[in-house]
Amino acid sequence: MSASIHEKVRRNPKFQELCRKRSTFAWTLAAVMLAIYYGFILVIAFAPASLGAPLWEGAKTTVGFPIGIAIIVSAFLLTGIYVKRANGEFDELTRQIIEESK
Amino acid sequence: MKPITTRVLAAAAGASSLCLPALAHAAGALEGEVVQRDTNVTAIIMFFIFVVATMGITYWAARQTKSAKDFYAAGGGITGFQNGMAIAGDYMSAASFLGISALVFASGFDGLIYSIGFLVGWPVILFLVAERLRNLGKFTFADVASFRLEQKPIRILAACGTLTVVALYLIAQMVGAGKLIQILFGLDYIIAVFIVGALMITYVMFGGMLATTWVQIIKAILLLSGATFMAVMVMWNYGFSFENLFTAATEVHDKGMAIMAPGGLVSNPVDAISLGLALMFGTAGLPHILMRFFTVGDAKEARKSVFYATGFIGYFYILTFVIGFGAIVLVLGKPEFMTGEGGLIGGDNMAAIHLAEAVGGDFFLGFISAVAFATILAVVAGLTLAGASAVSHDLYASVFRKGRCTEQQEIRVSKITTVCLGVVAIILGIAFEKQNIAFMVGLAFAIAASVNFPILFLSMFWKGLTTKGALYGGFIGLIVAVTLVVLGPTVWVAIFGFEEAIYPSKYPALWSISAAFLATFLISKMDQSEGGKNEAILFEDQYVRSQTGIGAEGASSH
Repeated sequence: MSASIHEKVRRNPKFQELCRKRSTFAWTLAAVMLAIYYGFILVIAFAPASLGAPLWEGAKTTVGFPIGIAIIVSAFLLTGIYVKRANGEFDELTRQIIEESK
Repeated sequence: MKPITTRVLAAAAGASSLCLPALAHAAGALEGEVVQRDTNVTAIIMFFIFVVATMGITYWAARQTKSAKDFYAAGGGITGFQNGMAIAGDYMSAASFLGISALVFASGFDGLIYSIGFLVGWPVILFLVAERLRNLGKFTFADVASFRLEQKPIRILAACGTLTVVALYLIAQMVGAGKLIQILFGLDYIIAVFIVGALMITYVMFGGMLATTWVQIIKAILLLSGATFMAVMVMWNYGFSFENLFTAATEVHDKGMAIMAPGGLVSNPVDAISLGLALMFGTAGLPHILMRFFTVGDAKEARKSVFYATGFIGYFYILTFVIGFGAIVLVLGKPEFMTGEGGLIGGDNMAAIHLAEAVGGDFFLGFISAVAFATILAVVAGLTLAGASAVSHDLYASVFRKGRCTEQQEIRVSKITTVCLGVVAIILGIAFEKQNIAFMVGLAFAIAASVNFPILFLSMFWKGLTTKGALYGGFIGLIVAVTLVVLGPTVWVAIFGFEEAIYPSKYPALWSISAAFLATFLISKMDQSEGGKNEAILFEDQYVRSQTGIGAEGASSH
């Protein structure tokens, strides 16, 4: 890993593409997760009663319960979405970049 | 997480995250005098089987552990799935198992709020940190932070951050372990602390990361199986209908329908945000968690680890939620589990333990008790290894010997440190038996979030970071975090006995993280030294490596 490899990689347009795509994707997903979580926290802080409303007429189960579970599931799904694209598309791009820099 | 209320549990558990003082007020329980129960023979036999099995693993691991890479990073040969299980194991401590179910038992929905806070940091770690960490690091997170900065000051700072976090956690764990084992097994506190210390030294010293990882994986499987069984039994009792379970729970619980809505735990938005930041960035700054990213072969496996870990942790939190409600309907009000005054025997933190007995009898109670003990062991082993690596890899090999020492010398220092840490943990565990240590885990989290994380994050993302900036920023984060915790309710009021806290919140993270980032930014900007300019140039190569893995540490052959 001499300096020339690094230089070659940097000049490869695919490297620019990889960094741009991955960074946009990662920050978007991070923003989605943060928006979901802090949205939930703000509802708890400012409108807790809305989460305590019954899910249907006369139910004991409240709205907050499926929402809480949905947030847990969304965290898992978001990691799945990222891993799928990163381990496929991004890793393939990386492989090509390394190949072309040899 | 940690919640459990009291020092006891708080202490107990573990790992990572668990522990925010927040939860500390939630339950109430193991505080104060602990009643030693009759010796629990089933539990002791099952725990003995666990010890024998893990000793076998340690023996096997010891034979494969030869190089420094084997010792610190299990040879880089752990798969993403295994590592995900181990990370989940670090997170599913006794404190989180007992603490969160206690919180649900006491307050219902509020328990779910905490679980979610502990979980959502993981996706963010994956998106922003995990693969860069894997591509840049070798054995410790200081490898990453000092990649293009001056080795000596940055490694010293990172080692201080690591050792402080590890020490606070270890004390909390040892005290919690002693009390928990006293309650569950009927063993003497001091004996329990010695057993934990001795086993932890054995795992780490002989088996290194390989043994530590497998002990954690086994414990995670046992805990998930046990918790699944309990949750299924609870649901089976209610025809697998949540509506039926909630109906029954709201009928017997003092708070009635209030357990189905947010209560008072998270009422102030500033506190809520501060807590959220501490959980998220604290997790990303815990040295024993970060180390796990170096045990997998490449960035691909590192990503998978977080995916699996998030799945297991999320599943586990859903189980603890069901278990907490299960305890409301199957334990609350049953005379065999209640004290004369209407509380749970052993306190709220025992809710899950009592539920184990209610749904599975003595045999299952023994199993869950043994799993709780195993959980503590697995977590302290990981902590000890992280502390030993900071001393041997960062301080000894990189700073003191400036890289001029053999791997064997470095491993020897690591093993000596492991013994020292174990002995210190035992001594402190005994010394702190009667102390209020509820603040310790919260402080550990705040330090991880305000010292380790900002340096790590900026070193990977910001070209302009200089050694000076990182150093001052890290120390300012440390000072602000420690000061606010001392002036806050967990120390100023609970330990010093003042009427009112100078800093009214338990959560310093919002201010200490901001201070660390701001100071690092400003001081780096002002740093006009040659060294600083050179570091910006080095960033380019670091960037290529962090993005592509070119030059990264690969998996070893075996």
